[in-house]
Amino acid sequence: MFDHILSILIFFPALAAMLGFAVSRKSFRAYGLTVTAVEFVLSLGLWYGYDNTAAGMQFLENAPIISAFGISYSLGIDGISMFIVILSTFFTMLGIASLTETRRIKELVITLLFLEMTMVGVFSALDAILFYVFWELSLVPMLYIIGAWGGPKRIYASIKFFLYTFTGSLVMLVGMLFMAYFYHQATGVWSFAILEWYRLILPESFQIWLFLAFFIGFAIKVPMFPFHTWLPYAHGQAPTIGSVILAAILLKMGTYAFVRFSLPLFPDASAFFMIPIAIIAIIMIIYTAMVAYAQEDIKQVIAYSSISHMGVIILGTFALNVEGISGSIFLMLGHGVVAGALFLLVGVIYDRRHTKMMDQFGGIAHVMPRYALIFGIMMMASVGMPLTINFVGEFLSLLGFYQQSHMLTLLAGTGIIVGAIYMLAAYKKIFFGDVTKEENKSLKDLNKTEYLGLIPLAIIAIWLGVYPKPVLDPINNSVESLVTLMHEKAISEDAKSVIADPREVKVYKIAPAVHHTAHHGAHSEAH
Amino acid sequence: MLEAINVPLASLNVMTLAPMLIAIVGALTILVVDLFKSNLDKTIYVMVSLLFLVLDLGSLIDWSDIISTNGTVLGFFDVMTMDGIAVLGQIIVVVASMLFIPLALSSKRFHEFAYPEFFALFLFMIAGFQFMVASDNMILIFVGLETSSLALYTLIALHNRSKSFEAAVKYFTMGALAAGFYAFGAMALYAATGSVEISQMGEVLAASGFDNIAYVLVGTVFLLAAFGFKLSLVPFHTWTPDVYEGASASLAGYMSIVPKIAGFVVAMRLFEMLINSGLVWLEAILYATVVITMTAANIWALVQTDVKRMLAYSSVSHAGFIMAAILIGTTQANSALFFYWFLFTFTNLGSFTMLWISRQKVLVAGQSSDHPYEKFSGMIKTMPIAATIMALFMLSLAGIPPLGLFWGKLYILSAAVNAGFPVLALIMALNSAIAAYYYLKLIVYMFMKEPTEASYNYGGNASIPLKTIIGIASVGTIFAILVANPVLETITSFVSASGY
Repeated sequence: MFDHILSILIFFPALAAMLGFAVSRKSFRAYGLTVTAVEFVLSLGLWYGYDNTAAGMQFLENAPIISAFGISYSLGIDGISMFIVILSTFFTMLGIASLTETRRIKELVITLLFLEMTMVGVFSALDAILFYVFWELSLVPMLYIIGAWGGPKRIYASIKFFLYTFTGSLVMLVGMLFMAYFYHQATGVWSFAILEWYRLILPESFQIWLFLAFFIGFAIKVPMFPFHTWLPYAHGQAPTIGSVILAAILLKMGTYAFVRFSLPLFPDASAFFMIPIAIIAIIMIIYTAMVAYAQEDIKQVIAYSSISHMGVIILGTFALNVEGISGSIFLMLGHGVVAGALFLLVGVIYDRRHTKMMDQFGGIAHVMPRYALIFGIMMMASVGMPLTINFVGEFLSLLGFYQQSHMLTLLAGTGIIVGAIYMLAAYKKIFFGDVTKEENKSLKDLNKTEYLGLIPLAIIAIWLGVYPKPVLDPINNSVESLVTLMHEKAISEDAKSVIADPREVKVYKIAPAVHHTAHHGAHSEAH
Repeated sequence: MLEAINVPLASLNVMTLAPMLIAIVGALTILVVDLFKSNLDKTIYVMVSLLFLVLDLGSLIDWSDIISTNGTVLGFFDVMTMDGIAVLGQIIVVVASMLFIPLALSSKRFHEFAYPEFFALFLFMIAGFQFMVASDNMILIFVGLETSSLALYTLIALHNRSKSFEAAVKYFTMGALAAGFYAFGAMALYAATGSVEISQMGEVLAASGFDNIAYVLVGTVFLLAAFGFKLSLVPFHTWTPDVYEGASASLAGYMSIVPKIAGFVVAMRLFEMLINSGLVWLEAILYATVVITMTAANIWALVQTDVKRMLAYSSVSHAGFIMAAILIGTTQANSALFFYWFLFTFTNLGSFTMLWISRQKVLVAGQSSDHPYEKFSGMIKTMPIAATIMALFMLSLAGIPPLGLFWGKLYILSAAVNAGFPVLALIMALNSAIAAYYYLKLIVYMFMKEPTEASYNYGGNASIPLKTIIGIASVGTIFAILVANPVLETITSFVSASGY
């Protein structure tokens, strides 16, 4: 029954969106919620049907689209992508459940359903062109969401978002075409299948150029440091639902693509660029944390904190070892949950007060204690307190990079402390002290709709912080095979030594730090 | 006393003329019908034209069979060359004409469609284009070019607005200049090679090792300028926005597709011959033309306030994009040219038809031109389906997957990459990003602004035939991916069979 589950997951929301044109405007929120709940349950079916012990791609589907040019419709997921797919369906559902927008809700929900299609598509595509199709297509619904439901400067923000990402991805497209060309040179066959490309070993100079071409596309999406300027605008102007999806899922496309394309296709170039990218990542972590500290607008604080966290993810990814990459993928999930929740929380207060300026608040904890509690949990998760979801990811990412460079890891760790400062400062400004503003005295605490969105997130944030194993295990398995592949593919000795073979060094390196990896050791010995 | 020339009829291969003759007979039929009974309704002329175009297409499909078994067929003293690209070019010309001719059936009455001469000229023009693409002979190409151009000038002027007269005269003047350039360039090449057949010119030039380089240089430059006018390449594009603005939207859309594909086929024959002879400077000139055309047109399009003018600059930019295929010159690139133009036909047909259905007879106060951006503002609230369809066409023009033009762009970029033009590929990619801005601008107006006074004037010219055409165009744009593979395979086999 799971043969075509990925196709169903991709096209079910799109079909529902098209049928949705016939559904009455009055009951549209219920329709959207039903559809996304079904979709979420289907994606849980994916987890149920997933074989945790296997590392490779599962639920494979393949059909030619343009066979003359090697473009095919090929899908599949592994431990790396599965949880991001589930996160996408989960957040679309939560986003619609906690939707407070009243203007033209039908158009909004239909757009969200199309967006869901593109998100699931990006994370399950195994053909570069198919990936590109969904990657680009995801820009259109987001453009509409920001541009039609956003704040006063929404048009500028949405166009900036679109053009930035579009430009980057066109460069990436040229890179993909080169990749296909090299594949054709090597085998005489046209193919855009990523798994086929994995088998191709390119000379180092080609790798570096192609790495750069892909890097521009991904780095803008993440967004990495010099290209990050579109994000605060997009977040600042987007409606709550737009910010939630943008932070929770769309940014992950970039970091996911690094893991899916850059690392395994260009292992030597990845090793070559490891330190420069780590430096950019650390600039992201520290600089945006400082910028976040200077913000007056609470949404901007969270937007900049997102960039800062994305820096940690990049750092973990470019640790080029199992701990770092697994950690970064786990942090993608963690950041998705936490940043999504924080944006929802900001939406809650914005709906009541129609302002996001922190100086308008103060002493909110007295009037909205439950709100303050959930905000507090999420804030703690955001700064990476132990036993919350982000701690696991951040810790593993830093642990991974520690094996590559002690000094840089130390700097990154400092940056995370700055993160704690601005989040705590923001929390203090909003929630503690006396209630100074008259309007704030009569604020109502969370209502049922809002609980519906926030409580599951709070539970996940703590559950996966305490017990990450069910999620971390499949991730670890797939990452291990990824790193093995990279190690095998690396040409130069330098790269081979940077990308340690996980089969050799694993036991002595991780055993004292993270106990669950012992399981893997036993597992791979069994092989 | 002259010797009697004995030419067996069979050697003439009169069948090579069949497709053009069908169009010409169609035009004459319309005139004859008018002779017997005047003041007939425009619908009969539209349908008669359509029927003859169907016959024309049928004969071309026959020809495609003949070519796939026999290869290139020469005819009529070897003046006619029916090869793969001739048939492909003609098919695109005829299919696009079939899609555009029903646009005459708008709900508002326009005076040009009341004349049977409009339709007769239309068919003569098609025959002209068909002659252009189906010949290797510089003289016949010239005849075809002029037949079609003169008919087209008249069709523009028939729109009976002061701007249309201006447009027709402007186009005529520029066209006359281009004709002069063409004649002069062809003469120079003739002087250098002693032949008017493109293939023979190539052979003579290669054999002589280009010792008449001055002639070749003059000939090439003048021919490039002539085609620059016809294909609206920068800096010979200046007529384009004005002519598009003056012509009716249906005709402007037609001009953005059919004359250009005819021009591209001739350019392909000519410049492939020259590039294959290894002239480095020609490659440099073409390279510069391509890059400047794409980039400059894109930048001009950014600042337009009228959608039709924006689309005019956009079509200039697309022409530059496609000229890159001729510069690259591999089989893949030449196939990409046809593939791109096939997809472009549907998308551009759609977007110009969307303008055509919004044609007003009288402008409202404060409206500066026929189709200012403001006219489309807030359309999602007043006409959601029309807005969505228009947005689809814009996204397709911008190259957003999986809509039609994306696949064309993908293939042509790939051709550039494979032939060793990485920088060109990058420039083309970045130009697509610039272009996205002005297409998005229309989407922003339609989806993100509030309706204004002018925006309620949308759709006044719509009718069932027009809506059908829009339906065909949107199906062609959205589902292009499903037919991409067979189309691409057919095109590639035709192009490679004719040796390009």
